[in-house]
This record gives sequence, structure tokens and C-alpha cells, in this order.
Amino acid sequence: MTQATAPAASSSPPASPAAPKDGRTSERSLARRLAARPEIGALIAAIAVYIFFFVVASPFREASSLANVLYEASVMGIMALPVALLMIGGEFDLSAGVAVTTAALTASMWSFQLSMNVWTGVIVALVVSLAIGAFNGYMLVRTGLPSFLITLGSFLILQGANLAITKLFTGNVATDSISDMDGFDQAKSIFASEIGIGGVDVKITVFYWLILAAAATWLLLRTKFGNWIFATGGSQESARAVGVPVTFTKIALFMGVGAGAWFVGMHILFSFNTVQSGEGVGNEFLYIIAAVIGGCLLTGGYGSAIGAVIGAFIFGMVSQGIVYANWNPDWFKAFLGVMLLLAALVNLWVRRQATRR
Amino acid sequence: MTDRTTSPDDAGREPEAQAEAGTEARSDAEPEAGQPIVQLRGAGKAYGNVRALHGVDLSVHPGQVTCVLGDNGAGKSTLIKIISGLHQHTEGEFLIDGEAVQLSTPREALDKGIATVYQDLATVPLMPVWRNFFLGSEMTKSPWPVRRLDIAAMKQTADTELRAMGIVLDDLDQPIGTLSGGQRQSVAIARAVYFGARVLILDEPTAALGVKQSGVVLKYIAAARDRGLGVIFITHNPHHAYMVGDHFSVLRLGTMELSASRADVTLEELTNHMAGGAELAALKHELAQVRGVDVAGLPEEHDLQAPLAASKGKS
Ligand SMILES: Nc1ncnc2c1ncn2[C@@H]1O[C@H](COP(=O)(O)OP(=O)(O)O)[C@@H](O)[C@H]1O
Ligand SMILES: [Mg+2]
Repeated sequence: MTQATAPAASSSPPASPAAPKDGRTSERSLARRLAARPEIGALIAAIAVYIFFFVVASPFREASSLANVLYEASVMGIMALPVALLMIGGEFDLSAGVAVTTAALTASMWSFQLSMNVWTGVIVALVVSLAIGAFNGYMLVRTGLPSFLITLGSFLILQGANLAITKLFTGNVATDSISDMDGFDQAKSIFASEIGIGGVDVKITVFYWLILAAAATWLLLRTKFGNWIFATGGSQESARAVGVPVTFTKIALFMGVGAGAWFVGMHILFSFNTVQSGEGVGNEFLYIIAAVIGGCLLTGGYGSAIGAVIGAFIFGMVSQGIVYANWNPDWFKAFLGVMLLLAALVNLWVRRQATRR
Repeated sequence: MTDRTTSPDDAGREPEAQAEAGTEARSDAEPEAGQPIVQLRGAGKAYGNVRALHGVDLSVHPGQVTCVLGDNGAGKSTLIKIISGLHQHTEGEFLIDGEAVQLSTPREALDKGIATVYQDLATVPLMPVWRNFFLGSEMTKSPWPVRRLDIAAMKQTADTELRAMGIVLDDLDQPIGTLSGGQRQSVAIARAVYFGARVLILDEPTAALGVKQSGVVLKYIAAARDRGLGVIFITHNPHHAYMVGDHFSVLRLGTMELSASRADVTLEELTNHMAGGAELAALKHELAQVRGVDVAGLPEEHDLQAPLAASKGKS
């Protein structure tokens, strides 16, 4: 990693500061450059969805409704962020949904069965979650199998283990409530409290979500690691050939998804006191959908963290908006499917525009 | 860990000319320019049961251009992928500064000062030009908690280096996939030259380029040599090779057919070897039957002492 090598081309003549432009490409217009941003399609869609529900559902217009929408979006969005980074790095994680439940179950049962402070369970759950991510990543880089296959395997393993181990210890499909255990109140204030803003209670996850989104954006665009993520997803072999640590990057991205699963798992545990062991199945697709609606390319190498935020926000608006509009909630999935297809088409168009010569 | 088929020789001694039957091997006694930076001795590589390379000797000296020529599929890319750490050799020896090595990642090669421009893996298409230029060797600024990419400096440097190479781009933020093949190759070369400390490997850099850009690349190769870099220049164009080369190695079906220094070989001989001597002679006889094709300039079979093994496929 040394950059001590002196620039070798120092003998070349210094370019004059006002060196001529090629001249054949006209300066791209502001609109064209904006359209080249991965998340612009999603932003347009988000505004459209907001206006739509604003018009058709009057309760949607209240501030407390917006707080609910943001809460829905944040629980999904905290996971959508690492999933989006993983997708930009060229991989999927189908075990992300049940991994959230695994984290919550681990913390809950560890604390309850051993009658220990809940924080010990929280730490153990973090270790387990990171280990699951590391396992996925390690298997991927060792075998070279597609991540679809490997994480489908870990999805099934976790889904089965969640149910079986919970029944083994509790004789039930849900864990016992840990609300009266040591450290619970403190952990709840960290993972599942509310903050009042102008008379409206906003769940703390909303703030974590936005902070994490800013951190993920910084990571992607302003650090070496972000460069490696784009390169690994864009062309793994080219990246490896110029010295990018592709193996490290992939394992780290999977562990990032593990960390996200841990965080959301802790939120669920300390919100509801108990955990349903069959929860989480299917959520992995919601995370992927949020990332795709936000402009992440399924094949990797392109996308943004802000896009995943907007994707999750659209998800929150649709799931809550349908309730406020008094529609049958069954429409939610249908609506989401339409959004996904539209997003895919918009992304396709945007990318063609952006890369047009 | 490595099973070597040959015992390590005296590091300074050039291997004897390969005395394979029918191979016209010239004496390798070229003027020694100190210890070679990179040396292959009887190196080979098998992809499963495909023996892509066998018994290849090659040395790269500082301040010299070593040209590797050969037809498509001759094993040129395989040869340089061994040197650049992308593949491991399966036979023979690979020495850097006289020490036997087995590189397992391109990063190791880069850290030893070997920079490579690959024919097929030069760039990441969806990433901006400047990010591609610095990929894997990014510039950063500020201490850790706020440690970040020095974007302004990287763009500035990339722009300067590319202009020096004769590539003028309006927008370094455009995805590199929107450039022409030749421009992409030039960016990759400019990058390798910029980061290449001791050895620069170029895999068919001029294959996708126009006349002017090829000239620029050749000038770059000469400039790198004059700065004391060892250059491995892979091409199937003997004219390009002869313009800058100090030593020429011709690969044919994975083995070394010719290894000669500049003083021992003429452009004509090189061209004939490249063209696959015997096949060209056979082609000449065929073309002679067709009116309007001037075959006077083509060599006769007896002009060439190339192996006749490959004259199959001709009626
Ligand atoms: N990854 C690979 N797996 C199997 N065979 C390969 C691989 N790479 C190259 N080969 C084979 O090795 C031979 C030499 O290829 P290559 O070194 O790319 O030739 P060149 O660069 O001279 O055109 C060819 O027959 C090719 O099919
Ligand atoms: Mg090749």
C-alpha cells in the first residue's frame, strides 16, 4: 500500500493550465448531469407517491402520520443501507431477513436463559450476527459460487435454527419477555425510544437511519473502501488486477449486513420485549427492492446509499398510505411490485442517458 | 510448497539456448545489463489439461525493452499473467531480483514494482475516469477519523498524466465505459506508467489503437525505458516491436521459438518468424495460383528455418 513510488511520468512536459478541450463533446447540461445520479429516478418517484397519498388520504397529511411513515421506512431502511452497499459490491444476501430475527432471538434467549444483564445478550448477538456475515462472505470468496446460492443456504439454515432452537429452550415459538431484566430500560432507551419534536414523537430509529445513511454515503464516495466497493461490483477481475483487496471487500460487506441485522434485531427485541421466531422471512426481498428502487444495479458496480434511503421512504409511504387511505392492505404488495418495475425501467433509461456518448 | 522441476541454477547465468529439435535458437549471449529484475527459467503453465506455456526463458533488465511476440493463443497473456501475479506458474522458476518467488496476488507484484496493463481487464467500465486511474492506489488526505480521498489532487494528477499521454478528456467524471477502446487502453497505460516503479508490462497495448495513438504508446515505452524501467512489450505487430525492442522472444504454441537480441535479428527475420514461416510459404504457393497477387516479396520456405510442424490444414 505504499505510495512512495515517485510519479514516473515526471519527465513528460507539464500540461499548460489552459490546455485545450477535446471540443467534440458539448458540456453536458445540468439536467443531463443530474440524470446521471443513480437516485434521481427514485426521488421523482418518491415525490409522485407522496403527492398521490397526500391527495387521496387526508390523514396522511398530518405530522404524526409522517412520523409513522418515517418509522416504517427506518426499520427497513437501516437494513437497506448495508444491503445496498453489498449490491453495489456485486452480491446479494438472501439471509438478511431471518438474520434480524436470529440476532433478536440470540440476545433474548442468552440473557433470559442465563439470567444475565441484557447487555451481555446484546454483545453476544452482535458477535453472532457478524459471524453469520463473515460466514456468508468467506464461503462466497472461497467457493466462487454465486451469492444467491450460498445465502439461500444460510437463509434456510437460519430459518430452521431460529424455530428449532427457540422451541428447544422455551417450548414455544416466541421467546419469554425480558422486560423486567437488568439493563432492559437502558437498552430500550438506546434501541427503541422516542424523541419528541414539536409535539410529535419520532422513533429513535429514524435518527439512526439518517446518520447511518450519511455515514454510508461518506464511505462510498469519500473513502478507499468505497472505491473498492464500486470496483469489486463493477468488474471483480479488473479490480483484483490493479491490487484491490476484493476478498476483504466482499467479506466486509457481508459483515456490514450482519451488523445491520444486529441493530434492527435489537430494536425489535427492545420494542416488543419478546421475539417471534418465525419472523423476518421475506424481508430480505424488501431490502433488495428498496436498494433497486433507489437505483442500485442488480449486477453491481452502480448505486448509492441515498437511493436506498429514498427506496425505503417510498416503502414506508406506500405501506402506511394504504392504511390511511382505508384500502385493503393486500394492495401493498401489488403496489410495491409496480414500483419495482417502474424503478427498474427508470434506472435503465437513466443509465442509458448517463452513459450515452 | 512449490515443486520445482529444475534445481535452482547460478542466478547470474543465462540459461543455455534451448536445443529443441528444429528450433532455431540463437545464442542468448546478449550484453548483460547487470542482474535481471525479472527472470523466468523453463517456466510453464497448465490450465487443467491445457498446457498453455512450456519451458519459457525470459529476462527483463532495467532500461531494456523485452518484446514478446506471437500469434493469437500463443500464450503471451498467460506468460505475463504469471509475472504480474494473476496466475501461478506450474513448472520452472520465476525469479525477481534473483530470488525465486511464487506470487499469489497482483498486489504482491505491484508491491515489488511490477505494474501491468492487461489486454482484457484494464478498467472498470461504470466508474469515472479518475477513479479508474487511481483504483487500488488511491490518494488520501487527513488523519484517520476524517481520512478521505483527495479527490481534487487525484483529478488534477489524472488530467495532467492523461494530457501528457495525448489524451484530452472534457470530463474526468464520465464513466470510463463511455470512452473508445483506444482511449481506455491509453488511460490504463498512463496509470501503469505513473505507478510503475521498475517493471512495466503491456499486453498488446497497440492492438486496439489507431496509428497516432500507437505512436504515442511506443514513445511512452521508449520514455519508460530511458528512465531505467524494464519493459515487457507484448504485441503481434513485429514493426511496433522492432521500433522499440532490445530483445525479442517469439512464442509459438506455448513454447519459445526465438529468443534474440536486437543485434542478432533483422525486422524481416522477425516478421517471418512471427508470420509462422512455413505457413506463410505454403500460403505463397497458394496465392501464386491467383492472378493479381504479387508474391515476389514473400519469403520462400528455404529462407526460413522455422519448424514445419504446424503446416497442417493446408491441402
Ligand atoms: N483461464 C484459462 N483457462 C483455460 N485455458 C486458457 C485460459 N487462458 C488462456 N487459456 C489458453 O491458453 C492458451 C494461450 O492463451 P493466451 O495466453 O491468452 O494467448 P495470447 O495472449 O498469446 O493470445 C490458449 O490456447 C487459451 O485458450
Ligand atoms: Mg492475449
